[in-house]
Amino acid sequence: MPLKAVAAVAAPTRDPAWLGRVAWLSLGAVLLWPLAVATEFRPWVLVDPDSLKVTRRFLADFLPPAVAPDFLALVAREAWRTVAIATAGMTLAWLLAVPLTLLSVRALSISALSGRMATGPASVRQAVRWALVVLRSVPELVWALVFVRVVGLGPTAGVLAIGLTYGGMLGKVYAEILESGEQHASQTLLRNGSGRLQAFFYGLLPQNGAELTSYTVYRWECAIRSSVVLGFVGAGGLGQQMDSAMKMFNGGEVATLLAVFVALVALADLASASLRRALG
Amino acid sequence: MTPALPHAPGRAWGWSAALLMLVVASFWSLDLQWAQFFSLDAARSMGRFIGEFFPPDLSPEFLRKVALGMGETLAMSALGTLLAAIGGLALALPASRLHGAERAWARRPTRALLNVLRAVPELVWAGLLLIAAGLGPFAGTLALAVHTTGVLGRLFAEAVENAPSGPGAALRTQGVGKGRVFVYATLPQVLPQLLSYTLYRWENNIRAAAVLGVVGAGGLGQLLAFHMGLFHMGKTATVLGAMLGLVALVDALSHLSRRWLMR
Repeated sequence: MPLKAVAAVAAPTRDPAWLGRVAWLSLGAVLLWPLAVATEFRPWVLVDPDSLKVTRRFLADFLPPAVAPDFLALVAREAWRTVAIATAGMTLAWLLAVPLTLLSVRALSISALSGRMATGPASVRQAVRWALVVLRSVPELVWALVFVRVVGLGPTAGVLAIGLTYGGMLGKVYAEILESGEQHASQTLLRNGSGRLQAFFYGLLPQNGAELTSYTVYRWECAIRSSVVLGFVGAGGLGQQMDSAMKMFNGGEVATLLAVFVALVALADLASASLRRALG
Repeated sequence: MTPALPHAPGRAWGWSAALLMLVVASFWSLDLQWAQFFSLDAARSMGRFIGEFFPPDLSPEFLRKVALGMGETLAMSALGTLLAAIGGLALALPASRLHGAERAWARRPTRALLNVLRAVPELVWAGLLLIAAGLGPFAGTLALAVHTTGVLGRLFAEAVENAPSGPGAALRTQGVGKGRVFVYATLPQVLPQLLSYTLYRWENNIRAAAVLGVVGAGGLGQLLAFHMGLFHMGKTATVLGAMLGLVALVDALSHLSRRWLMR
């Protein structure tokens, strides 16, 4: 008897749900069609003999990478400029974010100690938050395009663009970190008549300092990546060199620049990871 | 009397000093034109620049063009993310050790490849791919797909490695092959997580696709670069408005849906 029962429920040899899977996949393909049309998705362009010839020549040019001494000196200088633009931009962002955070953090409200925050302070805090959202939601590339027009080509536009966008990001996240922590200490200080800055330095900062620093360092790492991108619109650094090398189809230079850039990002990654580990 | 601050360890001082030096060296070595930026001249040219934005070009035919650009941006981000999800899954398999006894010889090289794909930003990929794919949204889509493959492949590999190993082990002891173990044991467990990573990257990619076009890779960015280059400031203002509107819309939708899901 048991033998027969086992035979009756022998494992099916094919997927029992195959019909449903095939139906969903074909529905997906139908929905995908307009997307492919809109993006002019024509993979065969890649293997078109004409474009293949150009691509092959460009890629063949990658080897050997350009290692002429004066080109390497130029790359080293531009790599430093990339790091410097990111660092200066982050400094600007930090200087922008700290006062805005102090203005917008709800944990430092004195009127909120007795129930609801008063209307005046609440609306000021909301307004600062909106300002941070606006700063953050304009992509840094757009800021850079605008500033390149006003101050001309060069690192100033990149520094300002990173400063504004990252200032918005830092301000928003700083406020979130400060509000998500334990607020007992700062509230006790405020209740006993300490000033807001005292409550911040002795109540909020000691417990959130490590997290704030760690986030700032992580953002610095992102800023290095984005300062390369900003170079493409003329804000200096490795990106600008890469852009001109690509436009001249100079594969060897592109290869060197890409390698240096990947190494730079890996190095920043390493530095930021070890710094964050040191913070505990 | 206020107590002294807790004694900071020496290492923290070392880091702070190094950081300070880096900041000072950065500002010192860049020839930043603050004087020029804060001069009356710059303020006037900034004012003129912003003044030229008004009135934005709101003629119906241009609005239709901007709407098309917006649709193109959305399509680029959606298709790019989908391709990246497929590519990421394909690379996540060799990049992960599916069970303890596996040799996983391809794990390190595949992870190195994923790191390189991820380290190069979308815009740089777009610049490179323009040579093979020509100007237009196709290059942008591929650029998004390549960069996001690096990001998703890494995340997918972590998810696959962290999935509970019980179901897979049960199938393996029955002699089921590697591919079917993955499809019927591992994938169903990690699918929700993979889906949420993919949606999160899609959100990022909409933002990225909006600006990708400034190197000529389609979407709103290409319109922006084109009209800004020709000093059509009214049209530039419209495109900028559409771009910021799109980013704000995505931000708001993601914020709302997160709140709705967290409830």
